[in-house]
Amino acid sequence: MAKMTFSGEIIRGITKDNPILALVLGLCPLLACSTTLENAIGMSFAAWFVLFGSNILVSLLRKQIPPITRIPMFIIIICTFVTITDMVMEAYAPPLYDQLGIFVPLIVVNCIIIGRAEAYANKNNLKYSIADAIGIGIGFLIVLAILGFVRELFGTGGIALYGFEFNIPIEPITFMIVPGGAFMTIGILMAMTNYNNIRKQRKGVA
Amino acid sequence: MADVNLFTILMDGIFVKNFLVIQFLGLCSFLGVTKATESAKGMSMAVVFVMVMASIAAFVINTYILRTFGLTFLTTIAYIIVIAFLVQLVEFVIRKNSPGLYRSLGIYLPLITTNCAILGVVVLNTRLEYTFVQSVVHGIAAGIGYTLVMLFLAAMREKAEVLKVPASIQGIPHAFFITTMYAMAFVNYFGVIPT
Repeated sequence: MAKMTFSGEIIRGITKDNPILALVLGLCPLLACSTTLENAIGMSFAAWFVLFGSNILVSLLRKQIPPITRIPMFIIIICTFVTITDMVMEAYAPPLYDQLGIFVPLIVVNCIIIGRAEAYANKNNLKYSIADAIGIGIGFLIVLAILGFVRELFGTGGIALYGFEFNIPIEPITFMIVPGGAFMTIGILMAMTNYNNIRKQRKGVA
Repeated sequence: MADVNLFTILMDGIFVKNFLVIQFLGLCSFLGVTKATESAKGMSMAVVFVMVMASIAAFVINTYILRTFGLTFLTTIAYIIVIAFLVQLVEFVIRKNSPGLYRSLGIYLPLITTNCAILGVVVLNTRLEYTFVQSVVHGIAAGIGYTLVMLFLAAMREKAEVLKVPASIQGIPHAFFITTMYAMAFVNYFGVIPT
């Protein structure tokens, strides 16, 4: 195994261990919160904050948490950060809070966060856990943003992001906004990733 | 919202706001266990049971403990603990009565705890201020809707396995494309129930 470095761990989270495309975790918020780019960014920052907090706390407490009760402990740690996010978002960003709806409390059951706590933060020290949280967070943000961008662009015929707007001269395709479009877009994205991986493998063999 | 009639909640939960394909709740286990119809069936039954029981338990806890003592900020934690407890119970029962099913569900059984569909039902019950009976009906409806789509997809995926598709589409992308078709069908229910 290669030697771990801070930046190496960040890059690994974005590419090789991308939470969505490589690990296929956290699909529910991905599909539900990608109707517009703005929601997608809001959601990924909320999830990122929770991931960051939980990775740090789990990593610090990893020697104190008895292995047999670790899962409930992780859930309580994650729950704490989700409750903080929920309250802060309700107070300071009510429109976003309304848009994301029940998906804010549902960050608790986001497989990415508990998965990272179990598979990574529980075994590695604070420095690498922070790197992992940053990498996985960026990986999640990128996929969510791509999905949000594609769906908003083709679904409404333009992008509106924090006051900035631009339109493309096409007839809006409503299909992209309804749930079917979400499934199709992520399917295509995953097929493209697979295609890329297969091609790389073939090159490696040849 | 307390005056919604029960039939509306039932139809809403099964078709119009189907948990899997319209609200995107519970997708992780959805893709994981729908490779075979048998495990999809077992999983759905476990989820339905936990959903209904969690609706009941969450209502009682929310009304008589959290609201009474002003502890509503603990809602999420309390719900998760209730669900974890119920899942443990189901796990014991399944392990004892059908070891075969227990093996085929594998990791997905304890993961029902972190299934968004279940926490979704109870959080929605609280947000929409449903009464006791409404909560239970909502739980049942969500469960039926979940089972329906699980079985649809499992049946299709079993057939789709023998199809010749490009290597990059095989597996999960293929399952997503099949789901797209179902999602499109379910979208047609929009507007059946006037809001």
